[in-house]
Amino acid sequence: MSAVAANHKKLQDLGVEVISVSVDSQFVHKVWNDQELSKMAKTDVPFHMASDGPGNVGKVYGVFDEITGVELRGRFIIDPDGVIQAMEVMTPPVGRQLAETIRQVQAFQHVRASKGTEACPAGWKPGAKTLKPGPALVGNVWKEWSPFENH
Amino acid sequence: MSEKKAGCARPTGAVVGESAVQKSDETTPKEAVMVTAKVGSKAPDFEAPSYYRGEFTSVKLSDYLGKWVLLCFYPGDFTFV
Repeated sequence: MSAVAANHKKLQDLGVEVISVSVDSQFVHKVWNDQELSKMAKTDVPFHMASDGPGNVGKVYGVFDEITGVELRGRFIIDPDGVIQAMEVMTPPVGRQLAETIRQVQAFQHVRASKGTEACPAGWKPGAKTLKPGPALVGNVWKEWSPFENH
Repeated sequence: MSEKKAGCARPTGAVVGESAVQKSDETTPKEAVMVTAKVGSKAPDFEAPSYYRGEFTSVKLSDYLGKWVLLCFYPGDFTFV
């Protein structure tokens, strides 16, 4: 979570609000912020750190592990209509890549701005070519887009 | 931001922006009307106690309708990754 706190401005610039959730109490969240996160991120955590002690929220998001009693690393991108556009769930020992989350947000924002007329192909980044799905594109994606030039 | 009494996090039983389905049959277990998270569907709404900028308060997902939200679950405070 320190990576998200440290790079919060990048998310703010994209108009993204962050909520973090774990089974720890809000009191432990405070101490973690004060004793460790604020030192790693060089700022106090700038978003809501939610407490989900019984795992009720984690259960409806499918990330609560009954055996260990904690929540897995679940990351959800939710659009302004409240629709979940992306999710990623990982077991605890490997951390997330915030840059990938930001790339996905940018791609979903681009598609939304185009009112669904454009699609972002694999590896898309802002400024790269999008595809315009339609009858003319069927069977012709190979003329428009190359996986070698985009990775 | 007003301070609020600590309570339990709870899903509201609805998706964001809508009211929970009210089942007239009271013997129906609550879980039966529980929505679960799915890509392409509306997010399950919840309200949870939170720590935010020096205050103990609460956060409700549906208050963020109209904005992009990054919701991050993680195994625990003071863990290593």
